Parts: sequence; C-alpha cells; structure tokens
Amino acid sequence: MENPYLPYPVRIDKITTETSDRNLKTFRFVFLNPEDDKKFAYTPGQFAELSVPGKGEIPIGIASSPTEKGFVAFTVNKVGVVTNYMHNMKEGDIMGIRGPLGNWYPWEEMEGKNIVIVGGGFAFTTLRSSIVYMIQPENRSRFKDISVVYGARNPGLLLYRDELAEWEKRDDINMHITVDGTDDPDWKYNVGFVPAITEQKITSADNSIAIVCGPPIMIKFTQPVLEKLGFPPERIILSLEMRMKCGIGICGRCNIGDKYVCKDGPVFSLAKLKQMPGEY
Amino acid sequence: MTNIIFTEDEWTKALQGISDSYKVFAPVKDGDFHTFKPMNATKAPDFDFQNTRLSAKALIYPQSERMFEYSVDERASDASIVRETPKDYSPKAIVGIRPCDAHGFSIVRPNFDNQEYRDPWWVQSFESTVLVGLGCNQPCSTCFCASVGGGPFNKDVLDVLIYDLGANFMVTGLTEKGETFLTKVKGGKAADDESIKQAEALATEAAKMSKADVPTDKLRDKVINDLFAAPFWQDVGFACLNCGTCTYLCPTCWCFDIQDEVLGKQGDRIRNWDSCMFPLFTLHGSGHNPRDQKFQRVRQRFMHKLKYYVDKYQDGVQCSGCGRCVRYCPVNIDIRQVAELMNNY
Repeated sequence: MENPYLPYPVRIDKITTETSDRNLKTFRFVFLNPEDDKKFAYTPGQFAELSVPGKGEIPIGIASSPTEKGFVAFTVNKVGVVTNYMHNMKEGDIMGIRGPLGNWYPWEEMEGKNIVIVGGGFAFTTLRSSIVYMIQPENRSRFKDISVVYGARNPGLLLYRDELAEWEKRDDINMHITVDGTDDPDWKYNVGFVPAITEQKITSADNSIAIVCGPPIMIKFTQPVLEKLGFPPERIILSLEMRMKCGIGICGRCNIGDKYVCKDGPVFSLAKLKQMPGEY
Repeated sequence: MTNIIFTEDEWTKALQGISDSYKVFAPVKDGDFHTFKPMNATKAPDFDFQNTRLSAKALIYPQSERMFEYSVDERASDASIVRETPKDYSPKAIVGIRPCDAHGFSIVRPNFDNQEYRDPWWVQSFESTVLVGLGCNQPCSTCFCASVGGGPFNKDVLDVLIYDLGANFMVTGLTEKGETFLTKVKGGKAADDESIKQAEALATEAAKMSKADVPTDKLRDKVINDLFAAPFWQDVGFACLNCGTCTYLCPTCWCFDIQDEVLGKQGDRIRNWDSCMFPLFTLHGSGHNPRDQKFQRVRQRFMHKLKYYVDKYQDGVQCSGCGRCVRYCPVNIDIRQVAELMNNY
C-alpha cells in the first residue's frame, strides 16, 4: 500500500549561507532515485516536509522553481531541533523529503494580470520560487507587470542577494528592495518598512493581484495599504505558517476552523481567511 | 444472516478455539474496570460490563506506533534511509465492543481513508479486523448514542452483533466478514424463533431507554465564525485543567504527533496520540502560539467535534455518544451541555 508518510531519500548537493547572521542557509537537494525527482512535481507556493532521520521532520516552503531542473531547494532558518541539526550537516549528507504538499499560488487566476509581490525577511522563499518561475522566457508573457517589494531588517538579512541584484538589472520586473535601516553609506536601494515602501511604489490595483508573505506584523500593516490601493480581498493572497506534523491533513494539528493549513492551504486569499476563525 | 445461540461457557470456548484464524481481543475484568485484552487460556473474557474504561480505539490505532526505522550508523551503507517498520496485519477480532465505540471507527474513517490520502496503518489495521459488537441492554445515564446517529444496538460497521439474552448469547452475522468469522466459530446451536424475538424485544426496549435529548440538529446551519466568537467559551473552559483525559478516552479523537527516537545506532519514527488540550500542540518554532490560552484549546476541541467536522464532511458530529469524557472529566465539563449551548446559540 502506498505510504504518504515515507520520505524520498535525498543527498545534500549544495549549502549556501544566505544571511550575515548565518541563521539562514539554502539547501539544494538531489534525489537519490531519479524516479522520485519526477514524482516530486511541484508548483510555486507549495511546501515539503524535510526529514532528518533521528531528529524529525519540518514543513518548509519550496524555494526553487519547477523550471530549475535536477534539484530542489529550501531556505532553512535555524530555530529548533531539526533546523539546528541541518545547519551542521555537510554537502553529501543523506536525508529525506516528503511532498510536495499543500496548495499553491493561484497561477490560473494570476495569468494576464499585474503581479505585486510583497515579501519580508526570511518568508521570501516561495516568492523567490514564484519570481524565478514567472521570469522564465516561456512564462513571462503570461503575466503583465511584475512588481516586487522585498524588505529585511538590514542588508545582511536579505535572502538571495546575488539574484536580487540581477533582477534589479532586468527591465521586465520592477524591484523595490528595502531595509528597515542601515549604516551602509553605499546602500543604493530603499530604506523604510515594507508597508510604507509598498504604499510609495505600488500605485494601482487595476487588473492586479498581490501575493504577500512575511512576518505577521508586516502582513498586518501591509493589508490596509493594499486595501486602500483598491485590492479586493479576493486578490490579496497570503501564505500561512502553522505547526505541522503529517502535512497531509490527517494528524489534526494545523487546523484553522474546518480548514487544514497543510492541505487546504498554506495559500489562502484574504477573502477566504476572513471567513475563517482568526486563530493563526 | 446466521443466528447462533451460545451459553457463556460455550461462547468463551468457541472464542478460544479460533486462535488459529484470528487474534481475539475481548473484555477482561481488570480491577474495577474492564479492558480489552488478547484472549488466552488462563483468563476468561467477561461480558458483564457497562463499557470498557478505554474504548477499543487503540486496537486499530495504537497510542504509540512505529512508522519507520532506519540506521544512524554513518558507516552503514543504508544510513539515514527510512524504511517502513514491518507490521502484522493478520486477521483479528474485537469481541464485545459496544456499538458506540464501533460507530467511532466509522466517524474517524474519512480522516484516515479518503480519496486524497489513505493512512496505510489505520486502513490495514481496520480492514483486517472483525468487529463483534455487544448490544447495550441498559444504556447508562451518561451515554447519548441515540443523539448522535447511533443506538444501543446500532449495527454501523459491526460485522457481528451479540445479544445478551440473559441465560444465553445470540450471535448474529451482519456482513460477509462477520459470516466468515462465524463459520470458524465452533459450537452453539441455530437460534430458534423465540430467541430471535427475545433479541428484537431487547433492542426495542433499549432503544426506548436511550433518549435522543442532546440537540445537534441546528449545528450545521450555524456560521463557524459566529460560534467561534460566542460569549460562552471562557465559561465552558473555566474549570478545565487541560489534562487531556477527554481526548485520550475519546473513540473519535484522532490527533497524533510524530517523533524520532534513537537507541544506539537504530532509529524509529513513531507516532503517538496527541491532544489539542496541550499548549505544545500548536506552538510554532518562532514561539508564537495561536492557541496559547486554555479557553482557546477547549473551544478547539468542541468546535472540532460539533462544528468543523460537521461542515467538513457534511455529516453528523464527531462524537459517538459513549459518554466517557462526561464520566471521567475531573471538573465535570459535559459535552452534552456544550452541544446544547452551541446548537441553541
């Protein structure tokens, strides 16, 4: 009988330290069995359970894009038993991945629209996946303007800095990188909180859909900005976090009302969230 | 439909005689309580009980269950490769389960066995089990099976039903699985019409005694957010100790945790029953906890049973009316009263 709890074995192919505080590392995994690579067909916005035998499993958003072949990547913050252990693992080590899990950003609905991406801190992972996916030549024409507001507390805490710099140079994506503050005199991007920069840089909600991913405080203050711009709740898309175990809607842990974040989410529109108890 | 009459001695012997075909679990008197135990030659089962203290939930879905095993020995060629723990799913029979507890399995079934995912352990365990129910002649004061879609002789998911006729048991096959079970059971004699009539009368009498007086009829029409914001949750949860007894005793509570355990170089991934009554249940890695207050956890338990489940499966409530949580709650929180509060809100 097929076992949805059984992880695919993977090898750590590459580890990149992302932030100056060294608390965030990106792990690139290669499947030990090539057929598992095919089974792990995902869509940006989904997550997976990273499985370290002897330590446990953690739900983490997929940071790579399905257009990047041959590996799958996750950016992991050092917070608990599994993540601390992972931060001490080496390239070549074996662990497991279970997924892909959950739903994804509403790609069908996003087609033909202006895309506004608002991200904060280390919640930028599935947004990175989405951006890489959208700017591929075969996908770019499916979307109109793409605007990205991405902020962190200081420049050292921004993820994927090389890529951000590359995207800044492109003319088919409007990047608005910001930090809460910096003492770097050469800082050439914005200074200010994400909601304020969103208010300055995003001028219209016409034919637009916003995807927001970040710490609760950022989401709380970004929401009224987007509503003021004219985004209806159906076109404000959020991705939630919750403590999870099974990831497939069975273990009963991550519910908000009658929805499970792991299976019915993690992506919800603000309209949908408003119908659910505010218990997240 | 086969109906066989046994004396209690004959029935015990018959059960002992099928050990080649089935692993039989039956209620045994254990101190002041009855508990399901594997049948053996030394201790006879005892069918004279109101209900077992624990439901038979753990016989299908163990409180602690090994899922996977692996080596953490770095020198081993298969280090960190996770494999399914071998399991024995040869046929077993749970004999003497009350209809409410059996109904509990059908309530949890859509969680473990649905079109998207099938939990391999629950499904295989359930499918390899014959449920031999024992009808309730005398429903007790804390039971309310008839209010939640059951009844003292409810046949839902049972394969065989036992009628306690006083001097004898009448054993009735209800499904193909149950009839197969009865072909292996030796002894007894075909039931006469009088016994069948007596059994029917018992069921009718018991049905009269079990009043359907816990209201749940309006729950489906309520709006989740309205019930969630209802003013009574602080009061309902005020005395709660968050001991979790209700969730562990409940035949329909299914939540579990997954943990890794390593002994030497050998590791196991294990799942354990968990409880929404515990603050750790929802504690995020960041320290944030969406249910850090007691009343929120109490609300979660009742909302899940009486509203979220109802909406999700478009079905009855997630409660079989066994009444264990009512009897064993140390501070007398009563799901019947909460159902009434919610239903009438």
